[in-house]
Amino acid sequence: MRTNSNQNLPVLNHIFKTALVFLVFTFAAFAQDTAEASADLGGDPTAGKQLFNQNCAACHALNRKMTGPALANVETRLSEDEGLDKEWLYAWIKNSAGMIASGDAYANKIYNEYNKAAMTAFPTLSNADIDNILAYTAAPPPAPVAAAAATEAQVVVAESGIADELILAILALVLAVLVIMLFTVQRTLKRFAQLSGVEIKEEKPARTPIWKAFIQNQFLMFVSVVVLLLMSAYYAYAYMMQVGIDQGYAPVQPIHYSHKIHAGDNKIECTYCHSSARVSKHSGIPSLNVCMNCHKSIYEYKGNPEGPSKEDLANGYTNEFYTNEIKKLYKAVGWDEETQSYTGEAQPVEWVRIHNLPDFAYFNHSQHYSVAGVECQTCHGPVEEMEIMYQYSPLTMGWCINCHRETNVALTDNPYYEKIHEALSKKYGVEELTAAQMGGLECGKCHY
Amino acid sequence: MSSNKKYWRSDFELNGDSKVIESLGKDEFTEDLPVVGFYEDKNELDSSNASRRDFLKWVGFSTAAATVAACEGPIKKSVPYVVQPDEIVPGVANYYATSIANGYDFASVLVKTREGRPIKVENNDSAKVLGGANARVQASVLSLYDKNRIQGPMANGAPIEWDNLDTAVAARLNALADSDQKVVLVSHTKSSPSYNRLVALFAEKYDNFEHLVYDAISSDSSLSAFEQRYGVRALADYDFSKADVIISFDADFLGDWQGGGYSKGYTAHRKPENGTMSHHIQLESNMTLSGSNADKRIPLSQHQQKITLAKLYNTLKGQDASGGSDASMDAYVSAMASKIKAVGTKAVVVCGLDDQMAQYITLAINEMIQSEAFDTNKPRYTAQGSLQKWNALLDDMEASRVGMLLLDGVNPLYNSPDADRFQSAMSKVGFTVSSAFLNNETANASTFVAAASHFMESWGDMQVKAGFYGLTQPVIRELFDTRQFEACLLKWAGVEESYYDFVRQTWETSILEGSSWNKALQDGVYVRDENVSLSRSVTEADQELSAARSLSNTRVNDSELVLYAKTGMGDGSQANNPWLQEFPDPITRTSWDNYLTVSKTDAEKLGLVNEYVANGGLDGSYAKLTVGEQVLENVPVIVQPGQAVGTFGLAFGYGRKSGIQTEMQTGVNAFKLYLNNSKSQQVKVEKMSGMHEFACVQLQRTLMGRGDIIKETDMNSYLHEDAAVWNKIPQVSLDHQEVPASSVDLWDSFDRSVGHHFNMSIDLNACTGCGACVIACHAENNVPVVGKREIRVSRDMHWLRIDRYYSSEESFEADNEKKEDLDGLFGSNGSLGGFGELENPSNNPQVAFQPVMCQHCNHAPCETVCPVAATSHSRQGQNHMAYNRCIGTRYCANNCPYKVRRFNWFLYNQNDEFDFNMNNDLGRMVLNPDVNVRSRGVMEKCSMCIQRTQKTILDAKRDGRAIKDGEFNTACSAACDNGAIVFGDVNDHESEIAHLKENNRMYHLLEHVGTQPNVFYQVKVRNTEEA
Repeated sequence: MRTNSNQNLPVLNHIFKTALVFLVFTFAAFAQDTAEASADLGGDPTAGKQLFNQNCAACHALNRKMTGPALANVETRLSEDEGLDKEWLYAWIKNSAGMIASGDAYANKIYNEYNKAAMTAFPTLSNADIDNILAYTAAPPPAPVAAAAATEAQVVVAESGIADELILAILALVLAVLVIMLFTVQRTLKRFAQLSGVEIKEEKPARTPIWKAFIQNQFLMFVSVVVLLLMSAYYAYAYMMQVGIDQGYAPVQPIHYSHKIHAGDNKIECTYCHSSARVSKHSGIPSLNVCMNCHKSIYEYKGNPEGPSKEDLANGYTNEFYTNEIKKLYKAVGWDEETQSYTGEAQPVEWVRIHNLPDFAYFNHSQHYSVAGVECQTCHGPVEEMEIMYQYSPLTMGWCINCHRETNVALTDNPYYEKIHEALSKKYGVEELTAAQMGGLECGKCHY
Repeated sequence: MSSNKKYWRSDFELNGDSKVIESLGKDEFTEDLPVVGFYEDKNELDSSNASRRDFLKWVGFSTAAATVAACEGPIKKSVPYVVQPDEIVPGVANYYATSIANGYDFASVLVKTREGRPIKVENNDSAKVLGGANARVQASVLSLYDKNRIQGPMANGAPIEWDNLDTAVAARLNALADSDQKVVLVSHTKSSPSYNRLVALFAEKYDNFEHLVYDAISSDSSLSAFEQRYGVRALADYDFSKADVIISFDADFLGDWQGGGYSKGYTAHRKPENGTMSHHIQLESNMTLSGSNADKRIPLSQHQQKITLAKLYNTLKGQDASGGSDASMDAYVSAMASKIKAVGTKAVVVCGLDDQMAQYITLAINEMIQSEAFDTNKPRYTAQGSLQKWNALLDDMEASRVGMLLLDGVNPLYNSPDADRFQSAMSKVGFTVSSAFLNNETANASTFVAAASHFMESWGDMQVKAGFYGLTQPVIRELFDTRQFEACLLKWAGVEESYYDFVRQTWETSILEGSSWNKALQDGVYVRDENVSLSRSVTEADQELSAARSLSNTRVNDSELVLYAKTGMGDGSQANNPWLQEFPDPITRTSWDNYLTVSKTDAEKLGLVNEYVANGGLDGSYAKLTVGEQVLENVPVIVQPGQAVGTFGLAFGYGRKSGIQTEMQTGVNAFKLYLNNSKSQQVKVEKMSGMHEFACVQLQRTLMGRGDIIKETDMNSYLHEDAAVWNKIPQVSLDHQEVPASSVDLWDSFDRSVGHHFNMSIDLNACTGCGACVIACHAENNVPVVGKREIRVSRDMHWLRIDRYYSSEESFEADNEKKEDLDGLFGSNGSLGGFGELENPSNNPQVAFQPVMCQHCNHAPCETVCPVAATSHSRQGQNHMAYNRCIGTRYCANNCPYKVRRFNWFLYNQNDEFDFNMNNDLGRMVLNPDVNVRSRGVMEKCSMCIQRTQKTILDAKRDGRAIKDGEFNTACSAACDNGAIVFGDVNDHESEIAHLKENNRMYHLLEHVGTQPNVFYQVKVRNTEEA
C-alpha cells in the first residue's frame, strides 16, 4: 500500500480511522480467544512459540503446508479425524522414523504424502515442551503490538504530510496577499503624487551601456574569451572523463531484491550467496536453488519487529510488497507452494548487470577476497544498507591503481610470499609491501 | 635550351597509332573501379538526387549520432542458473579425461571445459601409450562447434524425427531377417571392446548381419603381413626409446604412421646429455617429418626402397645381396647392415611401404636381429581395415546381395578410389543409413542420415594396443539432435540400456577385473598386462624367401606417385576445420592447399616452376596427373627439396566439396588415385597452363650459412670438444676488443632476482616439427583465422610459428663453411655468386625446425619504440602487450628482430567479410574466456600464456603454498609431448628450466643483437657419425 495520495484528504483520513477501530476490535476479540484456548490445554503458548520457532518452523507453518503439514490445531485435528491421541504425537515427534519403521498406518501415510521427507527426530523435547508447542499451535499468542504500531505509523505519516502541506499553503497565501497589498499601496501613492502635481522623473543614462563598453574593451574581451575557453575545456574534459563510468548505476531489477534485508537485517554472509567469489574470478550471481535454500520456508516477509520504517512505507516497501517479490522468485524457479514441489517450469531471471568491467580488464574476485582478504564493502560499498543495489565505486583504472598503491599485501601466514617478502623488504627497506611494490601495477597483470 | 627528344614509354607510344595509348591517356583506370553496393548500380546512382552536400550532412549527422550513442553503455543481462550443477563454478575450469578414436587419430586426452563448454584439448600424461594430442586432435575441439554440422536425422535430405528413422530401420531389419539379403555395417577402425561386443550382439540377433572395417587411409599391407606371420590381424608395435639404430623404409613414424604417437619414445633417446643417442637412417620418397629429423636421409623411390630392403634382408641373413637390377644401393646396404650388426638387438627396422612382402620382410628382419624395440606380443590395433573385405562388399552390393547398408562415420564416396562403383552399387542396396557429422558425399547419397555426435558428446572406449585401454566420456551434452551411432545400434538391436551402461558393463565384466570403474573413468586410461597369443606359420622360411625374392624383383617405375597424409589434414575428416586449413605444413610451410611435390630435377624436366610474386606470394605451375584411367587436373606444384627423383608426392584429405564451407573447399582429391589402397602408383605428369596462388608463410628456405640462428653440431663434436667450439657465443667489438655479446649492455638491467622469472627452453633436438603447439596456442589464445587470401599477403596471425630451414649444401655445417670461405665479390667463391647459391636448397638437404614465438627480451626493442607504452616489461620476464592501449603504429613489429608480432589488419570476429569460427555464435563457443579477443588495428603477440602463469600463482597464493617445479606451463609447453618446450621459473634454482639455462647447449636467438631474450634454445645435435 503506497501512501502517495495526499489529495482526497478527508476520505483517506476517514478510511484510516475506520480501519484502526476495526483492527483494535479484532485484536481484542482474538486475545480473548487465545486466553480461553490456552487455559484448556494446560500448555504455555508463549513458551511454545519459542520452541516452535526454534525446532519446527523450518519445515512447518501454522496455516499452510510446507515441507511438512500445517500444524494449526494439529492435536484436535488428529484426535477428531484420525482418532490419535497425544501419546501418538509424543512418540511421533520424538522418533518419527521409528514409527514409520514399526508400520504405523498414519505415520506411513504422512510420510508418503510428503514426498518421503523424513522428519527430524526430537528426542530432547520433553512431553511438557511438546505440550507447550501444541498449545501454541492450538492458539498462537497474538502479535498485536507490531501490527497495531504499523497501522498507527501509517496514520501518523499520512497526517503529518497533510499538516505540512496546509501550513505551506497558508504561508503562500499570506505572501501573495502581502505582495498584492504592496502593489496597491504603490499605485495609490503614485496616484496621490500625480494628483498633487509632483512629477516623477525617470532618469535616462547618457553613458554607453555596460555591454557595449565591455565589447569595446579588448583586454577584457580577451580575458573573458580565454576564461570561457578554459572553462569549457574543463567541463568538456569532466564530461568526457565520465563517459563509460557508471558510478551510482542502480538499474531496476526484475525481482526487487533487497541487499539491506538479506545482508543487513539478517546478516547473511556475502559469500553464502556469492560463493564463487572465494575461488573464481567471478563473484557469481547466485543460482535460484541457493535462494530456495531459505525461501522454501520463508514464504512471506514479516518485516522488522517494529514494522516497516517511515521511508520504507514512503517507497512502498510494505510487507505485502516483499512477499509479492518472493512469489516472483517462486514463479521463476517453478516452485508450487500448494504442493511444496518444483513444477519443472523454470523461467531464469534476467538480472541487469550492474558492475560492467570492460572485457580487456581482468579482475579476479578470489585474488582480492580470499588471498588479500579485502572486504567486499571496500569496493562495493555499504551493501548491507542498500535497498537497491548500485555501483558504489567508479571502477576506473585510476581507482584500481590507487588502491594497489596504498594497500599493503597480506604477506604473513602465507608460505607463498615467504621468500618474496624477505627479498623485497630488503630491496625496498620496508616491512610492509604494497601491491604496487609486488608488481601490481604492471599492464599485463590485468590486461591480456 | 629545350630538347626535342621524344621520350616514349612503350612501342605503342613510339608508333603513336594505338588506341590503347589513347584510352590510357584518358582513363587512369582501364576497368571500372570495384566499388560495391550503392555505387554498383549505375541507374540508381544517376537517378538519385542526393548531392554531395547531402552526403556530407548525413556523414556529419551519423558521426554525431554515433558519438552520442556511444556515451551510453548498453544494458547487459546476467542470467544465472536456475539450479547450478555442483561441479560448475563460473570462472573455474574443469578437466575431463577422454579419448578420441576417429579411425585415423587415436589419443587419450584431457578436455578443458569452462561453464560446461569444452574449449581446449590437453595431453593426458597418465597415458602410457598415445597420450599426446597431435595438431588434429588439438583442433578437434573446434570441429565440435562446426556450424555445418548435421543437426538432426534426415531422410532424403529433409529433416525427420529419430522415431521415424528407428521405425524405418526396424521395419527393414525385420523384412530382411527372412530374406537372403545381408545387412552390412561399415565402420572405420574403432579398436573398441564395447563396439565389438555391440556388433557381436547385433550379429546374434540378426543372422544376416555383417561388419567390416573400412579405413580411408589403409594399413592393409602391414596388417596382412602381420597376420601372415603371426595369425593375428594387428600391427607390430615399436619402442624407439630402446633403439640405437633406427632404419626406416618410408615409415613416417614421427608423423601418422600406424596411428602416430612414436615421437615421445624417439626423442627420449635423442638426448645427447645421456652420452648416447640413436642413429636414425631414413629412406623415403617424399620429405616427411621423420626424414627431416633423420641423421641420414636417403631419398629413394618406392621400388628402389623395396629392392634395398630385400638386399638388407639378404645381407643380414648372410646371403648374397649384390647386383640385381639396381646396384647403386649396395654401399648403403652394407653400411646399414654393419650398423645393425654393431648394435645387435638395439637396432630396429620399420617399414611404411604399401607392400605386403616388404612388411613381411621387415617383421622377419626385426625378429632375426631380435630387436628390443620390436613388440609383437602387445600389438597395436590402430588400423583394422581390410581391402579384401571391402572388395567383397562391392561385389555383394552389385549382385544385390546386400539389403541394407549401415555406414558408421565413413565417407567412401569421397575417400575411396572406387567411389563411382560404390555409388552405383549403393542404388542397388536401396536402403542406406549413414551416420555422419557433416553432410558429406556419402550422407548425401544415403536414404537416411543419422546425425552423428562428436566424440566429446559420446561414450566409448578403445584399445589402441593390447592391454592399453582408454575411455571416452562426453564433456558436453549433444549440442544438436544428434546420436552417437552406437546408441542407434543398441536401439535397433532392441536393447533398452544406454550406451554408457553398455560400455560400463563391458568394462566391469571383461576389462577392469575388479578395479574401480570410476577411477578408470577419471584417469581416462586403464592398463593391464595382456599378451596376444600368436600362432606362427610353419612355412615361415619359405615365405620369407619368396617375399625377399619378389621384392628384389620389383619392377622399375621411373614415375611414381607417392601419396601421403599431411600433418595438418590427415585423412581429411576435419577438412572443415579452419584451424587445420590455416595450419602451415611443417615441411612446405604452405597452408590452405595440397599440391604435387616434385624434385628439382623432375621439375626442370617437365617445365614445372615455382615463382615468388610481387606481393610476397608463392605461385606454382599446374600439373595434370594420370594414374590408370583416373585423371586429376590442375594440381598445383611445389618444387620440394629432398623429393626423390622420379617420385611425386600428393597429400590426402583435400578436395572435399560436399557439406564443406566454400572457404575450406581447397585442394584436389588424392583419394581418386589411391588405387588398390596402394600409396605408390605409376603416374604420368604433364604440365598444364596457368599458375596457382599458394598461401605460403615462409619464402626464405635456407639459412644462408647463418649458423647462429639454428646451431647444429654432431655427436662427436658434442662429446669430445669444448662447448665454445660448437656453441660459440657471439662476439662484439667494445673499445676495439672482441667481447661476448651478452656482456655488452646499452641499457640498465632490471633486477629480476625477486619473485618469478619465467624462461622457456626449446630443445631443437626434441622438436620434430609436428605443430601440435601451434594449434594449442591457437586454441588457448583466441588467435583468429584469417583465410587464404590474407595468409598469402603475409598477414598470418599465428603467435607461434615453426620455421623450417633447408641446408644449401649437404649439411648446415657445409653451408657455414661455404659462407666463411667466400672471398671477394667475384670469382669461384665470390660473395655475389656464392650467396645466390646459398639461397637454393640442396637436392637432399638437411632440415631443421625452429619454433619461434615472442622471445620476451629483457631488453626488448619493441618496448622502446612504442609511442603509447602499450608494450612494457614485467619483472616476471614476460613482455606485456596492453591491447586496449595500442594504437596500431606497428613500430614495434618493425623493430622486432624476431618478427613475432602480429597485426590485426581487420576485425576478424563478428565481421561478415570473414566466415570462420569467430564469426558465428557456435564457433565462438570455443573462445577462451580468460583471453581477450583482439580488435582491428591492434598489435598482438605471444604473452607466454600469462593467463596460465597468473592462474598458477593465484592458486598457490590461495592455497598458501610455494609453487612446485613443473606447475608453470604454457599452452605450447603443455602440448609438446616430446618435452621439447620446457617452461618454468629460473629463480627457482632447483627447477628444470634453471638447469636447462646452465646447460652447455643453451643459446639465445640472435644473441649479438643484445636483446637478452627469456626464451632460449638448445643446440641441435645430430648423430651423423658413430660416436
